[in-house]
This record gives sequence, structure tokens and C-alpha cells, in this order.
Amino acid sequence: MSGIVKLEMRGIEKSFPGVKALSNVNFTVKQGSVHGLCGENGAGKSTLMKILNGVYQPDAGQILIDGEEVRITSPLDARRLGIAMIFQELNYIPEITIEEFLFLGREPVNRFGGVDWKKIRQDTIKLLQAEGLHYDPTTQLKDLSVSDIQVLEILKALSENADIIIMDEPTSAITEREVDSLFEKILRLKAKGVSIIYISHKMDELFRITDTITVLRDGSVIDTRPTHELNPDTIITLMVGRKIQNIYPKEDVPVGEVLLEVKGLTSRGMFADVSFTARAGEIVGIAGLMGAGRTEVVRALFGLDPYDSGTILVRGRAVEVRDVRTAIQNGIAMLSEDRRRFGIVGVRSVTENAVLPNLSRFIYGGRLHQRKERAEVSAHFQAMNVKTPDLDTAIDALSGGNQQKVLLAKWMISEPDILILDEPTRGIDVGAKHEIYRLMTKLAAQGKAIVMVSSELMELLGMCDRIYVMAAGRIAGELQRDEFSEESIMKLATGGKIR
Amino acid sequence: MSSPDLVNTIRKYSSRYSIYLVLAAMIVISSIISPVFLSTLNITNISRQISITTILAFGATILIIAGLLDLSAGSVLALAGVLSVASYKATGSLALAMAVGLAVGVVCNIVNGIIVTRFNTPPFIATLAMQTVARGAALQYTSGQNIYQIGNYVVFGQSSVGPIPTPVLFMVGIGVVTWYLLRHTRLGRSLYAIGGNAEAARASGINVNAVKMKAYLINGVFVGIAGVLFMSRVNAGLPNAGIMAEFEAMTSAIIGGTSFSGGIGTASGTLAGAFIMGILNNIMNLMRVQSYMQQIVRGAIIALAVCYDIYSKKKREARKLGSRVKSEFQPGQA
Repeated sequence: MSGIVKLEMRGIEKSFPGVKALSNVNFTVKQGSVHGLCGENGAGKSTLMKILNGVYQPDAGQILIDGEEVRITSPLDARRLGIAMIFQELNYIPEITIEEFLFLGREPVNRFGGVDWKKIRQDTIKLLQAEGLHYDPTTQLKDLSVSDIQVLEILKALSENADIIIMDEPTSAITEREVDSLFEKILRLKAKGVSIIYISHKMDELFRITDTITVLRDGSVIDTRPTHELNPDTIITLMVGRKIQNIYPKEDVPVGEVLLEVKGLTSRGMFADVSFTARAGEIVGIAGLMGAGRTEVVRALFGLDPYDSGTILVRGRAVEVRDVRTAIQNGIAMLSEDRRRFGIVGVRSVTENAVLPNLSRFIYGGRLHQRKERAEVSAHFQAMNVKTPDLDTAIDALSGGNQQKVLLAKWMISEPDILILDEPTRGIDVGAKHEIYRLMTKLAAQGKAIVMVSSELMELLGMCDRIYVMAAGRIAGELQRDEFSEESIMKLATGGKIR
Repeated sequence: MSSPDLVNTIRKYSSRYSIYLVLAAMIVISSIISPVFLSTLNITNISRQISITTILAFGATILIIAGLLDLSAGSVLALAGVLSVASYKATGSLALAMAVGLAVGVVCNIVNGIIVTRFNTPPFIATLAMQTVARGAALQYTSGQNIYQIGNYVVFGQSSVGPIPTPVLFMVGIGVVTWYLLRHTRLGRSLYAIGGNAEAARASGINVNAVKMKAYLINGVFVGIAGVLFMSRVNAGLPNAGIMAEFEAMTSAIIGGTSFSGGIGTASGTLAGAFIMGILNNIMNLMRVQSYMQQIVRGAIIALAVCYDIYSKKKREARKLGSRVKSEFQPGQA
């Protein structure tokens, strides 16, 4: 392997309002090597790669390619400099043909100013043959598999003379066999002198394919080492490795009967055989990496998505949750992970938002009793310290934390026994976070069962009585409080018990 | 009250009630331009002229609030009208004639609703198809001929109760129903919610498709009534009636502050919007503005109203952002 440095990012800094996303990041990739990049959700991997790809501009720092300083102000710049990114979620136009896809946005022009389709056809055939691929250039992408399209993306990058290719979780949507052929392709690229930045959570893959691994945590590079000097345990320790501060107002309350029991819940292609329980007074966590199926499970539980098989028992009674109404009637409430999409009706008032699931409770003789409505809403707002100019303010006008508190108030009004919180503190400030934790503690003390899905290990460790860890759509394990540690969660979540 | 507060209050109310201020200004200006404008006769005339469009506009308001629309209103009005007239000529029963008109409006809109909800078709396309079908059906049934000599059928559109013409009574009645529905019922709240954010409404346990069906159903009742009133007023069953009527209806709703992005709108705003359009037509007639010119002016007013709506929305958002920052730095002002 050559030791020539292909790419160097020096002292990269990036802040977003209220968050320091990257601080003094140094990242060096050698020519003809596969460089693994890992870290928890939110560690700064994607921000760093978006800077390299020209989507974001760094606040400070330099980027050098082949020893020369460059400025990358747009993805177009990045492409010109030989940087190509293959995204986790492939975005493609299903109707487009292979040849159209490969030359999209850079079609050769004939002397009449029209697209030179003959040249496109010839070049496409040449490209496909060089890679030993047997596709018809006129095949539409919708007739190809995800891994075929991934290969085409790589081909496209190569035909644009890319020599730095970023792959963001490239195996998240493909089968084992396809992984093998992808890895073969990566090895061939490497032999050609292409540098590959490989982002993944999957330990086995990182150890199979990378030469060097860089670990990011909280926006800083923790370590960069040759892969053979590392093992999964050291990586996990590097990825987490923080001490819990006592900012979580967790109280031990007597645990009562089983309020929610899920048995063998399965939704094909999403999650399989998911079983867990939540008792009165308990806060049960569901951990897992992005795409592990956590949100999908709770959405099915709340009737937002259908499930194929399995049983949901509420207080020991089997309930068929076909829609949200059934879930609410059975005492289930859920705070969704995407506040803007599934939570708020932005143009309507905080009051209307807060009473939405419970309108029938305020109906007297077919008429909404608006005085009662406002009285109840304002009592809940006061208890939860919601800051709003008045009860008629559009919810859009509030800050994220206050919006979240309005949505919590909304589910408090429906007086649920089982409260599902999906990423309850995402994107809100520390103060509001703390208030939400306090409310969770209070509700648990009132004998409610709380199920919290979170990507923040700290809050799971700080608030939960038990944690279930999901990986690849299944429950990978259950941890009791005395087994809690970031390492134990990450191990289960990444399948880090080496196969 | 300190003066910045006063400014804010004025600003708040003037933006919330701007449409009524525009209406008031138009009334003042019109009464200056034309001395007959404020006469009882003229006001009655305006009310009668706008009544049918306004009834359609209340239906359009309900739909647009829920993020839906109905391009078939004019055609369904014609079909409901001619079938109603024909049934009256066949049986001589006014009650049956009204029932037929209502039934046709409701059935067509149930079909609209089914296509939109069950097959997930964009309302624009679904109701455009209904527009064509209903117009075709009206023409097919009448062989393209107007139905004349409709006898006592004219009672719906040409009678009065005291000084108030019947169609105006219908308009007011339907307006009150719409107001009550939007303001005081569960269905009303659900309409606003699904128009504002259908996904969030579903996640709050609202049956989005059922609400959409109800919206079309109510619209169907209004369109059916409008069909009967229209034929009765013109003294004939016209299969070509109501061409472009859905657009006039939507115009009144939009001028009255209903947002095409859904989730915003009121019955009283729509009534004000309808009166603004009606007064504009009236004053142009009084001033003997040529009818082609009138069209140009109407179009320009629509463009202005929509631009103003979007402009003021942007300003509102900018102010909100400002007030958000403020409210975060002044804790405890809840």
C-alpha cells in the first residue's frame, strides 16, 4: 500500500445554532486505502462528510487534496475535485434508464446542440464492459436491485474520475451476498488507487474491509489507528466512554402490574418477533442504531402502521390495534419522533393542538365546550410550564421545546396508562429536556408505564428501569439496571459480539 | 397599555380582520361613487346576485380548509338542477324536486370523496373528471336543450320572505351552518387539523378519510341546493348552467382569507369575500363599466388578493420569529 496522503482535513470546526458539531477535527486519508469512520449517532460523521462534499462550509480549517488547499463550496465543486458520495438512502428516478442515469446532468452534446445519444450509448457499453457488468443500457432503474444501483453509482463516480469515494452505510439495504460483491468492488477500486471513506456501524464489516479506522465522538476525533491494532471492544469504548452526570431526576417507584405486553410482533421487512413488557411505574427504554426498527415497532403499536403478526396485550387483554383511535381507547398515547411531521398542526392554535385527540370529551350536545377546553388546556400548560403568549397563538410560533411540551400536554389530557415517547428530547434545549425528564418521573410515580425510544444513550441509561436493545429489526437483548452501560448497549446494537 | 403593546394589538386585530376592513372601505367608497348604492333595493340586489355563488363558496371553504377542492361544483349544479326541474315537471312535487337536487349533489360528491379517499387520487384530478362527467350527463339527459315552462318551480328562487329573497335566506342559513360546523363542532376541528397537517391529525386518532368524505358530502348538499336555486331563478333548466361557477366560489373563499395550503379559513371571511366580489361587480355595473373590462378588473383583484395574502403571511412569520426570540428571553410571561 502506498503511503501517499490523498486527502487531508485540518482543524475543521463547525457550529450550528446552539450546537458545536465539529471541533478541531483532523482527518487524513491515504491514497488507495479504505478508511473506516465510526461514531454514535450525532457524533459528527455526517457533518464532516457533508463538509467534504460541499454541502456545508466549515467555520474554520483547511481541506487539502494531493497536498493542495481546496475550497469546496458545493457538491458540484466536490465532484470536480474527484470526490463522490454514495448515500445511505439511494435517491434515484425509477423510470430513468441506465445510460440516462450514468450521464445525468453531464450529457454529451452533438453539433446541433442536442444530446448525443449515440455517444452515450457507446460510452455506457464501454463503462459496463470495463467493469464486467452485463446490463442492457436501456434497462430502467426500477427493474434493478438496490445493490445493482449502488454499483451503478460507483460506476458513475468512476466515470467522473472520482478518486475519493465516500460510502455512507452502503450495506444497510443489501443482502449478505451483495455485500460480498460490493466488497470485491471496493478491493478493486483500492487496487486502482482510489481512496474510500467507509462509514458504518457494523463491526464485522469495518474489520473486514478497512485499513484504518477513525472514531468520532461529540464532534472530535478520539483516535485514528490502523485496523489491525483495534478490536470491536476498543472501538465501542472509544465511541462512548463518558461518565454519566446526575442530571436525570430518576426516582425508584414501586413497580406494579404489567400494563403492556407485546408478543412476537412482526412486520415483514421492518421488524420481526419483537416481544417486551412494560409495568406500571416503569420506564422502559428501547435502544438501537438508526434503522434498527425501533420507531417502526412503536408506530405499529400505536396503530400508525399495520403489523403482520403478533399480539399486543393491554392489562393482560389482547387488543387488536388497527388504528390510532383503538390505541387511544386502550389507554395508549404516543409522542412521535418527528414533531413537525407527525406532531404539530402548525397553523392552528396551541389549544386546538392540545385537545385534538380528545375532542369528544369536550362535546356537550354536539357542541364543543370551548370554555372547558381552555380551562383544561391552560391547567396542563401551567403544570408543564409551557411558555406561550396566549392560548390562541399558532403552535408554529413557539420554540421546539415548548412545542414538545404542548404535545405532551395533549397526551396528558387523554390520560393514558401507557405512554410511548419516541425521541422525546430530540432537537430541544437542555432546560426543556430536564423538564421532560421530570415529567416522566412524575408520570411513572403515578403508575403509568412509559416506553422511551431514544438514540441518546445517556438519557436511556439515566431514566430507564430496563432497556431493550434492537438490532436489525429484532430485540437483540434486554438489560437490567445493574447491567447498564454504554458499552453493553452498543455491543448489542452493533452485533458487537463477534460472530 | 404601553404604546408598543397598543401597536401590536392594532396590528394583530387589523391583520386578523383586514378582510372586513377592506369590505367596509369598499362600502364607503361605493356609496360615495354612487348615491343609489346604499339603497335597500341595491343591497337586496347584490345579496341576491351573490347568493348562489356564495352557497358554493361555503362548500369550497370547507373543502379548502381540509386541503381538498371541488372543480365539479358548477357541472354538478347543472346536473342537479336539470334533474330537479325534470322531476318537478314529471310529478309536480316541489318537495321531490328539492330532494332530487340534493340527492344528485350528494351522490356526485360521494363519488368525488370515494375517488379521493379510497384511491388516493389528488382532488384536482378526481373532481376534474367529475366536472366532465356531470356536465356530459346534464347535456345527455336534456339532449343539450334547455327545459322551459317550469311553472311553480320558480318559487325557490324568485319568492321572498318579507323583504328578503328566498335565495338570500338559503345563503344566510347555509352560512350559519358552515360557521357553526367550523367553529363549534368536532368535525370542524378535524377539518382544520387534516388540512393543516394530515399526518399529525392521523397520529392524534382522527380518521382522515372519514373526515374528507364528510367534507365532500356537505359540499354535495350545498351544491344540490345551489342547483335548485339557480334553475328556479333563471326560470328554466339549463344544462349549461354554472360554467366556471366553482372558480368564482373558490375566489370568494380565497379573498375571504381561506388558505389554499389548508388549515385556515372562516365562514364569515368567505361571506365577506363574496360581498367584496359582489360589490365590485355592482359598482362596475352602476358605473357602466363594459363587461369585458369588468373581467379584467376582477382578475386583477384576485391576483392582488392572493399576493397580499402571501405577503402578509410572510410578514406574520417574520414577526413570529421575532416574538419567539423575545419569549425565550423573557421567561415566565406565560
